[in-house]
Amino acid sequence: MKIPDLTELALRNLRESVLRNSLTTVGISVGVASLVAMLSLGTGLQQLFSRRLAKSGLFDTVFVSSRRELRGMGREEERNGPNPAESRVLDEAARQEIERLPNVSEAYPDIRFVTELRYDDKPHLTMVSALPDSAKSNDAFDGMQGSFFSSDSASEAILQKSFAEELLGKTPPLGAPEPNVAELAKPLLGKELTMNYARRQAMPSSLAPAAGKSAPSADDLAAAAYSVISRQVKLKIVGVSDLDPESMRGPTRAKVFLPLKLAESLHVMQPADLREMTRPAAGDEPVYSSISVRVKDPAKVQSVEDSIKKMGFSTFSIVDASRSLQQVFRVLYAFLGIFGSLALTVASIGIVNTLVMAILERRREIGIMKAIGASDGDVKKLFFAEAGAMGILGGIVGVALGWAIGQVINFGTNIYLRRQSLPPEHFWVVPLWLAIFAVVFSLVVSLISGLYPAGRAARLDPVQALRYE
Amino acid sequence: MGNFPAPCSQSDNFAIQSQNLCRHYRMGETVIRAVDGVSVRVRTGEFVALLGSSGSGKSSMLNLIAGLDRPTSGSVIVQGRDLSKLSREELAKYRLRVVGMVFQSFNLIASMTLAENVELPLRFAEVDRSERDSMAQSALDRVGLKARLNHRPSELSGGEQQRAALARALINRPRLLLADEPTGNLDSRTGTEIMDMVQGFNRELGMTVVMVTHERALAERYAERMIFLADGKLVDDRQNIPARASAGSHPVDAGARS
Repeated sequence: MKIPDLTELALRNLRESVLRNSLTTVGISVGVASLVAMLSLGTGLQQLFSRRLAKSGLFDTVFVSSRRELRGMGREEERNGPNPAESRVLDEAARQEIERLPNVSEAYPDIRFVTELRYDDKPHLTMVSALPDSAKSNDAFDGMQGSFFSSDSASEAILQKSFAEELLGKTPPLGAPEPNVAELAKPLLGKELTMNYARRQAMPSSLAPAAGKSAPSADDLAAAAYSVISRQVKLKIVGVSDLDPESMRGPTRAKVFLPLKLAESLHVMQPADLREMTRPAAGDEPVYSSISVRVKDPAKVQSVEDSIKKMGFSTFSIVDASRSLQQVFRVLYAFLGIFGSLALTVASIGIVNTLVMAILERRREIGIMKAIGASDGDVKKLFFAEAGAMGILGGIVGVALGWAIGQVINFGTNIYLRRQSLPPEHFWVVPLWLAIFAVVFSLVVSLISGLYPAGRAARLDPVQALRYE
Repeated sequence: MGNFPAPCSQSDNFAIQSQNLCRHYRMGETVIRAVDGVSVRVRTGEFVALLGSSGSGKSSMLNLIAGLDRPTSGSVIVQGRDLSKLSREELAKYRLRVVGMVFQSFNLIASMTLAENVELPLRFAEVDRSERDSMAQSALDRVGLKARLNHRPSELSGGEQQRAALARALINRPRLLLADEPTGNLDSRTGTEIMDMVQGFNRELGMTVVMVTHERALAERYAERMIFLADGKLVDDRQNIPARASAGSHPVDAGARS
């Protein structure tokens, strides 16, 4: 029989016992729906994580430090690499060179220091760090109150929520619910913060010879000389961040953020400066303890890392972490898939049952068809077509159902998130491949279920079948 | 269709030849000899009646000729094909192309309209839809059911159903028409109608007809030859001059006159 004829006959036969076949089909759709729901939850979670992680900048960032730091992450390199004292200095020239590497979008120095900030005449000690303009898109600033820096060199500051609590004297006891960031921000936004810091200043050239006159013979270190001066700068609080942008850094994470250009112009004394003082060629030019390099594509991180290593620096990235994360998701997928398939397996037993019943009921019809010339193959194909039609129908309805369930749960979750004043998320994603896969899978399962009934119908003895009333 | 064994030319004169044909069933301990060593030859174009009481093996014999059943031993050669040597697939093709069958209980498929029932064999023969429709229409036209194309079998009388079954049997232009008690469920008048049609096919289309019946009168009226079976054995085989020899006579005439 030709396929259109087969389809037509199969659909006609399905319509003949509408109730039973619909119930079977509903069974399949529930099975498919559960499969789709499970897998789309997996997909949604994976997308959510990768989006979060991509936005956090962890996966496209390479941390570069000089081997002179003596605490590089690559222990192997420390042993085998060049002598730290002879290796390259991470200065402005090196930064520019790194920035010119292919696939690098930016390389900015990591400026961070502990200093005193005064608010309302009360001193507070904390870690301050500089943020490049590109951090604006950083996920960590989602749900931030106020706004990002108006420019890269504005005298402005963004506070982390916990520091805002400290400034207001509202640090909650351990275990108590965290206060709402909007309430914390209200009294602080637009207020002024005074930062005391140690400025590193090159010795004026006129001063150096003067010093030389008084002691001209010996310690002529004028070339490397600079002074450290205590300075103050007034900062306007423009934002209070809800999340912790530097949670990865552990104890060295900063709670106050400044625009990068501003931080650079302050020439704050950095711990590395002291060490570099002893380097013969050291001048006033700043030396960075580390540089963060943003790579355009997370897939290119490895190659960028390699080229930076060739320049003689130590590097660190979390590419390996992302690889194991994918592994975790693959396992999660498999488990969700297995649970989803269980319902479909139950549904497939329903198909077998329905078709075996149909054989009993249509025994005579099968006999007639054989008597007028239907081959075993024709009968088999007809039952297969019926199983297949139920599979496709159930698959399509199931995908729709699974999608609807996902939408409802998404909606519900987002209401909850909004109550918690968190940004809405898409946990449940049904990609096209999943929809197609689900329908095809349902078809395959149905055809496999049809195997036994179709074979049995085909083998029916026509003489016996015709005698059957 | 293509790999079908070609009929041998020497047996052209005989539509059906059976040689010591046996069909035994095993029922527990006992063996039922439904057909027990029957050897007959049916000429092409002959109208044969298979007679016998119930259980005489006439229906089993017909099933063997129809290719619905396989002999336990012996052979049955139809149109030059030894049916016992055909595969299941080839037997299905044989039933589709060589044989047309009508049954006592009509055996139309209840969920289909008459037109669909009649064209069903064409679906198995993979005939195009456009051709199928016109073929089914002309077949139904031939049996006088053109107006009932889209009715379901349950909406028709027994006579009409059997006529539709005849149209279905003829749609693939078979060489052989096998009828199993075709008038058994009909009153005598509609029975006559059906039998006149069968006779018409035999005479006008030259089809070989084998009809199973237990009514001797019916056989005497239409058959050219009567084969009697009892306990699976051939007990008598005689020529007969059909009472309704005149082909032109209309079926309803007899009923109208009496």
